[in-house]
Amino acid sequence: MALNTQPNLHEPGKRHFRAFSPGDDFYEALIATHRDLTDEQSAMVNARLILLLANHIGDISVLREAMQIAREGA
Amino acid sequence: MLSTFQYPKFDYVRPPEIAEARDGHYPVVIVGAGPVGLTAAIDLAQQGQRVLLLDNDDTVSIGSRGVCYAKRTLEVLDRLGCAEEMVQKGVSWNVGRTFFREEEVFNFNLCPEPDHHRPGMINLQQYYLEDDLIKRARLLPNLEIRFRNNVIGVTPDAEKATLRVETPDGAYTLSADWLIVADGARSPIRTMLGLDIDGKIFMDRFLIADVVMKAEFPTERWFWFDPPFHRNQSVLLHRQADNVFRIDFQLGWNVDPEEEKKPENVIPRIKAMLGDDREFELEWVSVYTFQCRRMNRFNHGRVLFVGDAAHQVSPFGARGANSGIQDTDNLVWKLKLVMDGKAPATLLDTYSDERCYAADENIMNSTRSTDFITPKSAVSKTFRNAVLGLAEQFPFARALVNSGRLSVPSFLADSRLNTADSDVFAGNMIPGAPMDDAPVAMADGTQWLLGAAGNCFQLLHYIPDAGALDAASAQALRSLIDAPIPVEAIVVAERGTAPAGLKTLIDAKGRVRERYDLREGTSYLVRPDQHVAARWRALDLAQVRAAVARATCNA
Repeated sequence: MALNTQPNLHEPGKRHFRAFSPGDDFYEALIATHRDLTDEQSAMVNARLILLLANHIGDISVLREAMQIAREGA
Repeated sequence: MLSTFQYPKFDYVRPPEIAEARDGHYPVVIVGAGPVGLTAAIDLAQQGQRVLLLDNDDTVSIGSRGVCYAKRTLEVLDRLGCAEEMVQKGVSWNVGRTFFREEEVFNFNLCPEPDHHRPGMINLQQYYLEDDLIKRARLLPNLEIRFRNNVIGVTPDAEKATLRVETPDGAYTLSADWLIVADGARSPIRTMLGLDIDGKIFMDRFLIADVVMKAEFPTERWFWFDPPFHRNQSVLLHRQADNVFRIDFQLGWNVDPEEEKKPENVIPRIKAMLGDDREFELEWVSVYTFQCRRMNRFNHGRVLFVGDAAHQVSPFGARGANSGIQDTDNLVWKLKLVMDGKAPATLLDTYSDERCYAADENIMNSTRSTDFITPKSAVSKTFRNAVLGLAEQFPFARALVNSGRLSVPSFLADSRLNTADSDVFAGNMIPGAPMDDAPVAMADGTQWLLGAAGNCFQLLHYIPDAGALDAASAQALRSLIDAPIPVEAIVVAERGTAPAGLKTLIDAKGRVRERYDLREGTSYLVRPDQHVAARWRALDLAQVRAAVARATCNA
């Protein structure tokens, strides 16, 4: 499976009437996860988050593709 | 500064209370002749209600102020008979471009689907909107506007609100069965009554300038994150009517607003942005901060708060005047029923409930935009810049870029006025939904569904051939008008003409059937403010009457 770069966010049991809502729900939760943390703590949270999500995705070829794109923009 | 607009000066007229040395009494008094107060006044007067509108000034909005009027606002103003001039005068736009540093990262088109009467948004200086509303108001003989009448005291009790009003000829007293407060964000009346409004202040300042120039910029919204001409901040460019451009510069918190407003400081910023020797003139400049906050409830006995007096949001997403006009859309039909003795005063609690829900949604969306545009922490800024960096290439990241979400009406899905579905429907037109528009054809020339809907309860009943409606159903539909709260029946069809006494609405492009998931027999009960109240797969008069009772707190 190739890396999905189309909008793909959704939440089971929640009905969205506007296309922008699921992405905005996610982004707000992401920023809230970092609220009141130091920069060092935030870096650790991000690392843990990537590890958790990587395991959830599972497919290493997808992860390699994502890692390559992420590195290109650094 | 030059002027593309001649500010009208409205005449002050000595009030009869002063001339005749007596107190006045009115069924409804509205305070504040801005977009929201005027809309409320026109709506009530159009419903046959005598209205007195007080304003402390004698002209329209100074400066362009609210410039974006959303589709839903235009639909409400269509119902009040005054959107067409605004759409003609205003600038309709659909394309927005987003820039990050030197590059355009993507553009979007606001128009999500075809076959709606009104565009997603128009840009129009607030003074034009107010001027058009005042012209419309003056055509209504039962609507009196008093300029330079400043409310200096308010005393509500169980039956009325008593006002002390100051004029150039001195002060007078009047009372009102109902008082609608539309006196703006600083709401003197809210303060006089000691009512709280809670929320948060955003520690940021923005410079807004109206610039007149003959520029070949297309009619688009341009938004820059961190541009080379204004590092680490954001800039927004919008076109308005008369070659007036609105430019917003984010300034940060630690600036002196008075200094920033001086032309010698504003002009270099604009020159840096335009990047050449193009000629322009400054028309109006202001520096603003903003808050996101709302009152705990919008109705306090005989006193009803609407618009900025009741709730405020950040300006990203144009949810100020647009949400205020939707407040009045929700309030007026309810107030009229209560005033006519056809609904209990508890119906006004649902005004507060439904519009508090909408205000919370507006505050949520505009706060999200603000947090994206002005990140509050290093990690938040890193995520923001990562999204912008990915947006050029990847659609998922474009969906996350938030430079202001289009102001759209709330789905009042949890309102106690709704009758829950007992049948299965596809699509979004659930009980509580704001009605979707669609092209239609009617004998009276109406070409849009929303042109046929509103101002009273209506039942839309679908049958492919209107001429094939059986006599019993026709009689049942006709009988709906004969009730204390009348329901106007409209037969929605692909072809044919309904039996005498019933309106026929031809679904010209099949969009009504598609958007409302219609099948033969499907019936929608819609509210006077064009929200769905209930729907069924078959017509049942008892169910319709029960749903009307529920939608008016008469159940």
